[in-house]
Amino acid sequence: MNAPSPHSDVLLSAQHLSVRFGGLLAVNDVSFDVRRGEVFTLIGPNGAGKTTVFNLISRIYQPTSGQILYHPGQGAPLVLTGQPAHRVAGLGIARTFQNIELFEHASVLHNLLIGRHTRRETGLWADMFFTPRVRAAEMRAREKAEQVIDFLDLQHYRDQLVAGLPYGVRKVVELARALCTEPQLLLLDEPSSGLNVEETDDMAFWIQDIRDELGITVLMVEHDMSLVSKVSDRVLAMNQGEVLAMGTPHAVQTDPGVAEAYLGSVDDVSSLRRSAPPAKAAA
Amino acid sequence: MRFIFKTSYAQDIRLAKHAGHRFWYGLLCLGLLAAPWLLPEYWLAQLTFVLIYGVVGLGLMLLAGFTGQFSLGHAAFLGVGAYTQAVLTTMGWPFALALACAALLSAAVGVVVGLPALRVKGIYLGMATLAFGFIVEEVFARWESVTAGNAGMYVPPPQVAGYAFESANAFYLLCLAITVLATLAVLNLLRAPTGRAFVAIRDSEVSAQSMGIHLARYKTLSFALSAALAGVGGALYAHKLQFISPDQFSILQSIDLLLMVVIGGLGSVHGAFLGAAFLISMPQLISLGKDWLPDAIGQAPGLQAVVYGVVLVAFVLFEPMGLYGRWLKVRTWLELFPFYRKGMFKRQKSFQKSDRLK
Repeated sequence: MNAPSPHSDVLLSAQHLSVRFGGLLAVNDVSFDVRRGEVFTLIGPNGAGKTTVFNLISRIYQPTSGQILYHPGQGAPLVLTGQPAHRVAGLGIARTFQNIELFEHASVLHNLLIGRHTRRETGLWADMFFTPRVRAAEMRAREKAEQVIDFLDLQHYRDQLVAGLPYGVRKVVELARALCTEPQLLLLDEPSSGLNVEETDDMAFWIQDIRDELGITVLMVEHDMSLVSKVSDRVLAMNQGEVLAMGTPHAVQTDPGVAEAYLGSVDDVSSLRRSAPPAKAAA
Repeated sequence: MRFIFKTSYAQDIRLAKHAGHRFWYGLLCLGLLAAPWLLPEYWLAQLTFVLIYGVVGLGLMLLAGFTGQFSLGHAAFLGVGAYTQAVLTTMGWPFALALACAALLSAAVGVVVGLPALRVKGIYLGMATLAFGFIVEEVFARWESVTAGNAGMYVPPPQVAGYAFESANAFYLLCLAITVLATLAVLNLLRAPTGRAFVAIRDSEVSAQSMGIHLARYKTLSFALSAALAGVGGALYAHKLQFISPDQFSILQSIDLLLMVVIGGLGSVHGAFLGAAFLISMPQLISLGKDWLPDAIGQAPGLQAVVYGVVLVAFVLFEPMGLYGRWLKVRTWLELFPFYRKGMFKRQKSFQKSDRLK
């Protein structure tokens, strides 16, 4: 899978991405294609470079080499790595953050409305005089936000300040805010981290709904393997910045290289053994 | 306790959310309109200053309270507005045109100062704006051919359509009209996408950017708008004092302005005006208090600075949300009586922000 060929069903294609932070090669020659309408998951132990790949796609980092192509519609692909960071959302790529980056001192509804920013229809002067056009645009923005609130069952929290919400709800609000941008590609950075079992199940349903009902392609980083196998169509395993394996969740989970990355190799374990194995174990 | 039953989006967008708002703000407007006939001349002058500082405070609130960018050189914008107005009206320009020029020139200077804000944050931005404040004060003092230097310059009364606002009453009403317009403009911005983008930048830059907000553009815009409002305030200030000199726009003035928005309550439009009222009434209160204090303290120079400092420290420690935050607590106490709990306004421990994106 090192030389991805641009298919018409490919939405995003990362080609030979490398990032170097000083002496550390955080991502080393990573290539993958995300197909339209699938849930594509990046897994790997801590420090594997998953979040770095996310930050490359959302243009927070600049790759040392390689490029990312984005095919939002028909026609020539767009070189995402040549776009400024604030353009990414407008191109239809929304993201959430691992440790939740919400606008704390605003209500849930306000957070979602900020998600509508790329769809704003009015400029500074119209805003200042709050012309009828601004009023109509505001109504439409609220309508859209309300649809997302309805989709994710956030009605109860609509007017509450984010600063006072429990962690699990914040996670959903962040997802809602990303959906408000009406994305084609949704980047979820560890959607289940910090959630309890029940909330993780809800998240799994929502991710499936987002793909099936809204037709949004999902690219996520996730550690919870039960969630990964439940919702992912394809999985990419990374370790130390390199691609280990790619394929269906089951194939990747049973890949010997992946098990080794998580658990260490047989040699590693044997080195931990005492020099003389106990007699009982030998017998 | 009032529960608002929402049935339409328009209800959410409206400025006055319920009948109580309409009643109290209507009453406030009537009171302010009637003030020239109700208040003695001295108090009317103080009220005029509250309005003028309120406009400047609105600007600084937009920048510091809503966009999260602190400026320690805001007096410079005030000064640019004041001097532009003074020079242009001396040349015989009509008031409205001169005011527009004062606002535009201040905004242009604001854009220039906003440029470092794209690179530096927090204390470093404070230092950059502080240095800028010193530079501008120095320019006012040295550029004698225009500003008349340290000797200062006189400012003629404003002329609108041939009518000279010479009386204190007329000038007060002019200030009131401009203040109301400025407040409405800021309130409109805050309920529209532009204002929401500012708030987003204040709360999380990385997340604002990933929502498609052009950080550089909106930070610069915030500086420009803030400076324009300070410029308008400065122009009114020049007319009110009828005499301006560089030392009125020194670092002390900048600190007073920042003090005003912090004590008023960062992040609330009310705070700008509560802070302005505080800033104007404090010297009066101090001079009243002087008679009760022993001479060694009461007559000591710098008493005002000490009191300001103590009040600021007290607010930061005990009421970080400022006067407006205190009022919210009092109001909730009254609404919920006798069910108010002490911890109701306690901030929940905020969750760890993303540490991978620093």
